[in-house]
Amino acid sequence: MNVTATARPVFPFSAIVGQDETRLALLIAAVDPSIGGVLIFGDRGTGKSTAVRGLAALLPRMRTIQGCRYGCDPTTPSAWCTDCRACYATTPPRTCLTAVPVVDLPLGATEDRVVGALDLEQALAHGVKAFEPGLLARANRGFLYIDEVNLLDDHLIDLLLDVAASSENVVEREGLSVRHPARFVLIGSGNPEEGELRPQLLDRFGLAVEVATPTDLPTRIEVVRRRDAFERDPAAFEAAWKAPADRLRRKIVAARARIADVAVPDTALERAATLCIRLGTDGLRGELTLIRAARATAALDGDASVGDAHLRRVAPAALRHRLRRNPLDEASGSTRVARAVEDLFAA
Amino acid sequence: MTPTPDAWHDAVLTAALVAIDPSGLGGVALRAGAGPDRERWLALLRAALPAAAPLRRVPHNTGDDGLLGGLDLPATLRVGRPIAQRGVLAEADGGVVLLAMAERVAPTTAARLAMVLDDGMVSLQRDGLALQLPARIGLVLLDEGLAEEERPPTALLDRLAFHVDLRGAAGRMVGPAPGTPATDAVTIAAARSRLATVQVASEFVEALCAAAMALGIASMRAPILALRAAAAMAALAGRVAVTAEDAAAAARLVLAPRATILPEAVPPDTTDPQQAEAPQADQHQSDPQQSDPARPDPAQSEPPETEPPGQPESAAETAADRPLVDIVLQAARAVLPADVLAHLRPAGSPGRPPARARSVGRAGAQQRSLRRGRPIGAQAGELRAGARLHLVETLKAAAPWQLLRGAPRGERIRLAVRRSDFRIVRFRHRSETLMIFAVDASGSSALHRLAEAKGAIELLLANCYVRRDKVALIAFRGRGADLLLAPTGALARAKRCLAGLPGGGGTPLAAGLDAAAVLADAAWRKGQTPVLTVLTDGRANVASDGSSDRVRAEADAIAAARRIRAAGFAVLLVDTAPRPDERTRRLGVELGASYLPLPRADAASLSQAVRAAARPAAASRPPGAARTI
Repeated sequence: MNVTATARPVFPFSAIVGQDETRLALLIAAVDPSIGGVLIFGDRGTGKSTAVRGLAALLPRMRTIQGCRYGCDPTTPSAWCTDCRACYATTPPRTCLTAVPVVDLPLGATEDRVVGALDLEQALAHGVKAFEPGLLARANRGFLYIDEVNLLDDHLIDLLLDVAASSENVVEREGLSVRHPARFVLIGSGNPEEGELRPQLLDRFGLAVEVATPTDLPTRIEVVRRRDAFERDPAAFEAAWKAPADRLRRKIVAARARIADVAVPDTALERAATLCIRLGTDGLRGELTLIRAARATAALDGDASVGDAHLRRVAPAALRHRLRRNPLDEASGSTRVARAVEDLFAA
Repeated sequence: MTPTPDAWHDAVLTAALVAIDPSGLGGVALRAGAGPDRERWLALLRAALPAAAPLRRVPHNTGDDGLLGGLDLPATLRVGRPIAQRGVLAEADGGVVLLAMAERVAPTTAARLAMVLDDGMVSLQRDGLALQLPARIGLVLLDEGLAEEERPPTALLDRLAFHVDLRGAAGRMVGPAPGTPATDAVTIAAARSRLATVQVASEFVEALCAAAMALGIASMRAPILALRAAAAMAALAGRVAVTAEDAAAAARLVLAPRATILPEAVPPDTTDPQQAEAPQADQHQSDPQQSDPARPDPAQSEPPETEPPGQPESAAETAADRPLVDIVLQAARAVLPADVLAHLRPAGSPGRPPARARSVGRAGAQQRSLRRGRPIGAQAGELRAGARLHLVETLKAAAPWQLLRGAPRGERIRLAVRRSDFRIVRFRHRSETLMIFAVDASGSSALHRLAEAKGAIELLLANCYVRRDKVALIAFRGRGADLLLAPTGALARAKRCLAGLPGGGGTPLAAGLDAAAVLADAAWRKGQTPVLTVLTDGRANVASDGSSDRVRAEADAIAAARRIRAAGFAVLLVDTAPRPDERTRRLGVELGASYLPLPRADAASLSQAVRAAARPAAASRPPGAARTI
């Protein structure tokens, strides 16, 4: 029951003009998926979706167990699905390279397609109760992208939060009992004018990015010019941007290899803690994300240890959505973080 | 030569352009009442579209099944396996979808349409179906809104190239306007095949971007859509490359209706912002020769300041020796109403951005519930705690399984429905409104004002059982503000609390406003919609810290007012001074409030005014309230 239209070609990630914070946040998530998701909030027509879709084409392919419907990682047997555990308990699995999934969760999706359900064709044709994996299964080890995340139905959001927290999807339906790994980086985008996000969901995202429309003319002209060139001849445009894309891909691969060796000196930990205390963020999640994001940034930059520069770059994205609400302070989260960062690093 | 841009002429042109490139241009937001004008325009569009292109009409409240597609219930029950049904968007692939009563479309529906416009396909993940169906459509929003804020969702308007208003052109739409290009099917078909080959020189990209910026258009979609419109214009005129005339027409049709700033007329002097921008654009050009026309040259500076709108001929005629951006901007300028600023910015608040955030996003004031309100869909769930069964959705969930669960053949057909099939109805209801009164209880007039406020509160509460509203009262006097009546819906309790209120002393206006803001924010977070009513004569004389310093007190009050405006709450400021003056009016501007001078306010007119203020509030949401990002 899968009919696929020829998908529109994707605008290359490296050809995106500006949007530095969004691009950095997505690259950090690509280097360190444990960062916990990226939320992109911003004005209309700023290319939020373009950046996410571009990321899919950019990511280096990953090694999976051949034939596994959940794309299990051959190197981590502890996270395998039940099928892989049963099949490859004694013999090593055959592996292959596949593209990292970037799965769209479209608005109007129903629950059975998100979590998975009984495979009807199988059941009717062969009388077998087989599980038909849903979007969560497809997103395992990759990215789950929700455009207009603030318009998604509440019951679907609850379900996603539950799965994202446990990294496992449990389906009990029609006498079927399936559990499978579902580790994914949640990427949400939306326009704050359309409706607000529940604090629980907000907190679940590791990084929150604000996108604004570029306000200087040369940048705007470049955006329109590239868009126009892309629409006229997508293939040629993609070819023209292949070299930067390859370079960026190598950078991600190198950063992944390097990240475990990036040192986090005590001074950086102290800086991060001081910043969080001054801003009064709830819990430890802020500090943890801040350090992780700074480490991934250092790895992307090719630096050996985390320094002030890395912390400064990621502090707004890691902290702006974790501030206590203060109805009497009209400054936005971004301004408050920027202020605290200036105070701290100037001293 | 460019014909005189008259409303009907442009409407005809728009129909032709949409027929040439429906999915590229997104479509048209057509503001017009139902009537012969609109019918004529739609007939034009139908005639211009290729005969095979579908034209589908969708009601604004179409559900996901109809819009995107889903399980075909009768067919599935008949054959016993899941049969997919295409939604109207997929059926209209290659054509145009008409959305009726678009000003009433819900944000969730708008988001689905926006998704399809962006992707050119419907991706369906519903009812066990995973489909991706092509849907390269143009969208025509039939907008019948009357009031200024009754508009289709901005998420859709942003994606549609043309915003056409036929209301002003009533009755004049007989016969083709002078200069109307041929829009018959043959011409359009030729233009459609020509479109892909139309060349756009780099300078037009720059000119349209600069014009969009000069008109204060933030979205990046606008210049992109204008560029496509220019290409379609060229294709329509049978050209292989975009000319200045095409770009000017695109600016007039696409950019002008989105303008938020009235740009200065093309200047005779060098201090104009456009002149400052033009060299910027030139830095970006590959060809340095092109920068020449942008330099201010006394010889070419005609006095267009006095040029009446509606004469872009002069723009086209002098195209050779005037910077392109000026030509484009002039074309857009010509069709802007002179009072565009008055439309876009509330009078008397010069620094305030257009209040667009208030007129969108009806989502915030509405809550989801399983018990009451308007049904908005179904979800899997247990039948308990008052949940109601959604019969059709339940049948749909059960339908594909019938063969599997089925009784042996030959038996009487009966549906086998199991617990996992149960779908329950989800409802949405309006959240309740909390009306917060902040009353100036200082000085000699305190008793009188408090009595008015008390009277108004009692009148509102008498009504509120039906409307599920609540009321709270804060009084500020002496050194600070007191919450005299915590939010309540109980008339009896309110009467008891309001019985003996003290009055007199200084006016700590800032403290009163802050207390109201805290209460409003708490209400907002509880899902209520707060409406603030401030009764004061505006003469603050006690500062935030309690000291009697008139200057500081006023500064503090202004700061507190700005915080309330930033939070975006609906505010009604009632000026109770015997002679209303400019100072209180200014406070109202800082508050973002509706201002009501009511020196002899009686309880009845006050409660009426508050209810009027609450009405728009229920339809909007505080844009910045209690949000940290």
